[in-house]
Amino acid sequence: MIRTGAKVLLEVKGLRAKVAGVEILKGIDLTVREGEVHAVMGPNGSGKSTFAKALAGHPAYEVSGGTAAYDGSDLFALAPELRARAGLFLGFQYPVEIPGVSNSSFLRLAYNTMQAVRGGDELDPLEFHDYAREKMKLLDMDASFLDRAVNDGFSGGEKKRNEILQMALLEPRLAILDETDSGLDIDALRVVANGVNHLIKPDNAVVLVTHYQRMLNYIVPDFVHVMESGRIVKTGGKALAEELEARGYDWVKEAA
Amino acid sequence: MNTVTGHPYIEALLKGYETPHGGVSWLNERRAQALERANALTVPTTRDEEWRFTDISPLTKIHFRPVAAAPRLAMADIAHFIAPEATAHLVFVDGVFAPELSANAGLPYGVVVTNLAAALGTHATVIEPHLARHAGFEQEVFAALNTCYLRDGAFIWIARNQKCPTPVQLLYVSTQKEAAAYPRCLVVAESGSTCTLIEDFVSLGDAVYFNDAVTEVVVGEAARVQHVKLQREAGGAFHIATCAVAVAKDAQYASHAITLGARISRHNLNVAQQGEGAEVRMDGLALVSGRQLADTHTLMDHARPGGRSKQLHKCIVGGAAHAVFNGRIVVRPGAQLTDSAQQSRNLLLSGKAHVDTKPQLEIFADDVKCSHGATVGQLDAEQLFYLRSRGLPDGKARNLLTYAFGAEVIDRIPVPSLVEQLEETVLAQTQTPTLSLPLSGGGES
Repeated sequence: MIRTGAKVLLEVKGLRAKVAGVEILKGIDLTVREGEVHAVMGPNGSGKSTFAKALAGHPAYEVSGGTAAYDGSDLFALAPELRARAGLFLGFQYPVEIPGVSNSSFLRLAYNTMQAVRGGDELDPLEFHDYAREKMKLLDMDASFLDRAVNDGFSGGEKKRNEILQMALLEPRLAILDETDSGLDIDALRVVANGVNHLIKPDNAVVLVTHYQRMLNYIVPDFVHVMESGRIVKTGGKALAEELEARGYDWVKEAA
Repeated sequence: MNTVTGHPYIEALLKGYETPHGGVSWLNERRAQALERANALTVPTTRDEEWRFTDISPLTKIHFRPVAAAPRLAMADIAHFIAPEATAHLVFVDGVFAPELSANAGLPYGVVVTNLAAALGTHATVIEPHLARHAGFEQEVFAALNTCYLRDGAFIWIARNQKCPTPVQLLYVSTQKEAAAYPRCLVVAESGSTCTLIEDFVSLGDAVYFNDAVTEVVVGEAARVQHVKLQREAGGAFHIATCAVAVAKDAQYASHAITLGARISRHNLNVAQQGEGAEVRMDGLALVSGRQLADTHTLMDHARPGGRSKQLHKCIVGGAAHAVFNGRIVVRPGAQLTDSAQQSRNLLLSGKAHVDTKPQLEIFADDVKCSHGATVGQLDAEQLFYLRSRGLPDGKARNLLTYAFGAEVIDRIPVPSLVEQLEETVLAQTQTPTLSLPLSGGGES
């Protein structure tokens, strides 16, 4: 929802980033205000995921130029865990499997970490179990998810639900969802999108990174940005996504 | 008999050795043979193939004495070591049986848990074919020392088709500095029987002492034995143990060996498959730091057809510690259709941590399936980032991943209270100092 005068949550200027010494991002500008939903689209290799990971602080992604102000402070000065505690959330394209750590302990640790930051009550395992169960209903998740190891042996769809469950528990101010729609069948996509929609509030913001328009049928963006070769080459409204779906990415490249 | 002609250190350990008076002749004979071997053998050095990664010279710099008398401990001193499930437990203090701390009442008919000295009077026919028959001492100086000092120990006997309903815990408590103790244990599970054994080595205080232990486990036809060994000795202690297991036809034996303590430790586990179709599981976890050295040598001897063995050995090595694993698997001629798999996985937590892992397969049959693999690595960077991206500090994330690495072995221990206790221990032991990071918008979790 676009509101005039809404607070700027993220302001990226001229962001450049390298992976293994190769420059992937070549000067990105993006401003996200509270209450807004942005879609960052683009063909494979355009740098969408690099953008998401650089914002979250993945150590393999080296910021080589530009700035990012998050809630008024320098995002790149913060370690990844401090970005998370400041309310930044990355929904992973490929959620990581961690055998040997139960999902419930992992989720509770993360939740209690955020509660400590927010000054809220930390929950013991039993209390947390009840709390998580409520959130899981939103995503049509079975209670057995809590007893399994983190993402271990989860199907693609289960992993993505688990990501959105984390978003629901951590209540980020800025959620960057990296290809959350990939690997989901149409029913799972509807459930996940519905979950995300429930979590969008006037004082937070969502950046959807996606290759396809189909998720945007469920989560309606206020802005659509098209990335190409490490730059945002076109910005528009929801209609731009539909145009991309109909015409492909090539015409944007030519226009750019 | 007592003429001492051997290695000076062995000589010192045998100083004041007295041949026991009376006793049964077959046992006297075995002790005499062991004494002879102890005098003939030397302390192994890194020039010996079986000890090439394990320098035990610090052991020889300390003058250990046999225990003259053990202190009387109160139940309150040791109660926290006893697993609640283990209604039957025997406690040994500095190697000496402490009946007042032990409990063996209420066991079903056909289940005997007692000290060896007492059992020699009542169960000699069970003991005689097995005691000091499975753990060879011809070439093993520490097994020879243990055997010549064999006066007492633990004895567990499960009669044919009987089931020991609860785990039996043998608690070896060390208290005295410079004491050399020789814990001894014999388990005989007759055909069709089942039991779970916990051998637990602990200490009160942080004395430097030496435990030289020998355990023999006989698993009869179609019997099932689950064997947990917990080595949580004091940080300055020395622990050298040999466990010899004889597994009969269609029997099942599972070992879960956890190594946490001791300055230098060596765990030898030798499993002999003596009948067709036996099934063996060997799990191990060594968690060491500082300047600890933990060596595990295992031998799986598939001597008969159709045997199955599965082994997972893990080491978590921090500080300047050193872990050694040597996993030998022998498939003898005629042991066809053997199915054996060995995995050695190692996690190094620091630049000075060190691991030597060596699979050793000797296969003399042609229709067998044998696999082995070894990995040595550090924590996974993607897992680490995933946890940090959810707000966990770097140190806490590393601890959690280290813990998870060990949990795979711990979670398979068949005693829930030990699983819980060990999980806590591993979490506590893997606490690395959390990096001090500038805080943003709130407190440390």
